[in-house]
Amino acid sequence: MALPARWANEVLTSDPTDEVMELQMGPSHPASHGTVKFNLKLDGERIMDCDVEVGYLHRGFEKMCEQGTWTQVFPYTDRLNYASSCINNVGFALTVERLLDVEAPPRCQYARMIMSEVARIADHLTCLGMAAGEVGAQSAMFYTLEARELLYDLIEAVTGARLTVTWCRLGGIAHDLPPDFPARVAVCFKYLDGVLSDCDKLLSRNRVFIDRMCNVGVLPREDAISYGLTGPLLRATGVAYDLRKADPYLFYDRTEFEIPTGEQGDNFDRFSVRFREITQSKRIIEQSLKQIPEGPVSITDHRYVLPPKDRVYNSIEGLMNHFKLIMEGIKVPAGETYFSIEGANGELGFYVVSDGSGRPYRVRVRPPCYLAMGALNKMLTGHMIADIITTFGMINMIGGECDR
Amino acid sequence: MLLEKLKQRFGDALLAAEVSHGQEVITVSRDDAPAVFHALRTEPEFDFTMLVDLTAVDWIGRSPRFEVVSQLKSLPLNHRLRVKVPVPGEDAWAHSLYGEWKSADWLERECFDMFGIEFRGHPDLRRILLYDAFQGYPLRKDYPYNRRQPLVPEVDPIKTPRPPSR
Repeated sequence: MALPARWANEVLTSDPTDEVMELQMGPSHPASHGTVKFNLKLDGERIMDCDVEVGYLHRGFEKMCEQGTWTQVFPYTDRLNYASSCINNVGFALTVERLLDVEAPPRCQYARMIMSEVARIADHLTCLGMAAGEVGAQSAMFYTLEARELLYDLIEAVTGARLTVTWCRLGGIAHDLPPDFPARVAVCFKYLDGVLSDCDKLLSRNRVFIDRMCNVGVLPREDAISYGLTGPLLRATGVAYDLRKADPYLFYDRTEFEIPTGEQGDNFDRFSVRFREITQSKRIIEQSLKQIPEGPVSITDHRYVLPPKDRVYNSIEGLMNHFKLIMEGIKVPAGETYFSIEGANGELGFYVVSDGSGRPYRVRVRPPCYLAMGALNKMLTGHMIADIITTFGMINMIGGECDR
Repeated sequence: MLLEKLKQRFGDALLAAEVSHGQEVITVSRDDAPAVFHALRTEPEFDFTMLVDLTAVDWIGRSPRFEVVSQLKSLPLNHRLRVKVPVPGEDAWAHSLYGEWKSADWLERECFDMFGIEFRGHPDLRRILLYDAFQGYPLRKDYPYNRRQPLVPEVDPIKTPRPPSR
């Protein structure tokens, strides 16, 4: 492991009380989520410097995308931020649809919006639950995880899978929302309301929780912007920047919701912002379910979308169409584009370059929590070891997205 | 609108300037890049407060081989810009943007890790996602996805002196 350049020219003294202790909070640590190594320089319990080492979950996402066809990228995107995989699917689909110059039908866009918000709630519940559990509020953790189970049931009812869904396609989605979806959502939200109320009572004015989280891991507004932070981390500093309002996509501009913000940019603000965002996501889902029209959930352009199965099996043109799309891939016109959506952690961007063949030339993911990890050293310096747990927890680093 | 302002301000420094799929894209040469980025961040009509992403594309077979692509965003003015800097393959270096935006720290480290492009002026350029003994730069097009790496010999963590940073 290479150490930072700034540590190279150190002079070690012989006085043991002067010595700065180097400690590695290793990649496998019971209190940290995901494999991350912190190379710490400690003065007692105080962190003088912290070199964050990521990459333990690097699986070569960007390289592997270049090896298959465009549709084969979708399973890879699931495994980026695996706590909210619908959002990754939607982001990639929207980006490539800009290159294709197609727009999915309105029902599909509403469905994507609804499932993105469901995924966002699931991700926030995971983050909040884990953060609470790590500081000792295990009941809160179990309540949020149980609520998350109901959300996973919702996701499974629509996509067939709980976690990694591979639900979006270029020009549409794989499965429509089931007919009883509004009823399922109502049941789930009734339970979720109870959980949110309980967690609020347990945590928001809890002396221990406030002492652990307030004024810890502060990152002021200008630093947050300079480090490229977006999402709940930026909103916790008071900047009301949300891509769903600033650069609206899908039909977010037809729904009414607020952007919760914090004040100081400390861990408690991040917690509070994510907590209130769950309520806003619920509002978006409820409004979308009222507005969603009937209709197809996929475009029918034969260049980009697989033909229906009865055409494949009963006509030679259908068979050929299916064969070419599967074997050679969708011929996305040559060009490049960058598009970003509001992921659970911030701006999730995709920069895709196409050379006109059926395989992507370059797929780049702009991972929000990777940049947050870059700012972690700044957030932790001067704090104590125990603060690493809470700060790292509130960044919500998901290994799949950070390391790809 | 933004494109006109860019053309007016930078004129000849822009090797290319266009709107592609609804986004403004400019290409600047490696030598002009530091001044252009500084102007884009500091001048009030551009005010690009955030470096959203920085990556590279390997156009093997073309010269110059690499293109370092930066996505900029202005939070106050709510506009975006893509800036491309061509970098030759044999002399693969570019100026670091760490002095302008701190997000360049890790973004450039990853670009170096994956493509081998050196960012001059970066305070701490070393591999980030891959381990230090990794040989080669995997996102280059001449690196096959299924290449095996040599085994790294085991070292004694206590007796081995501290490794160099690069």
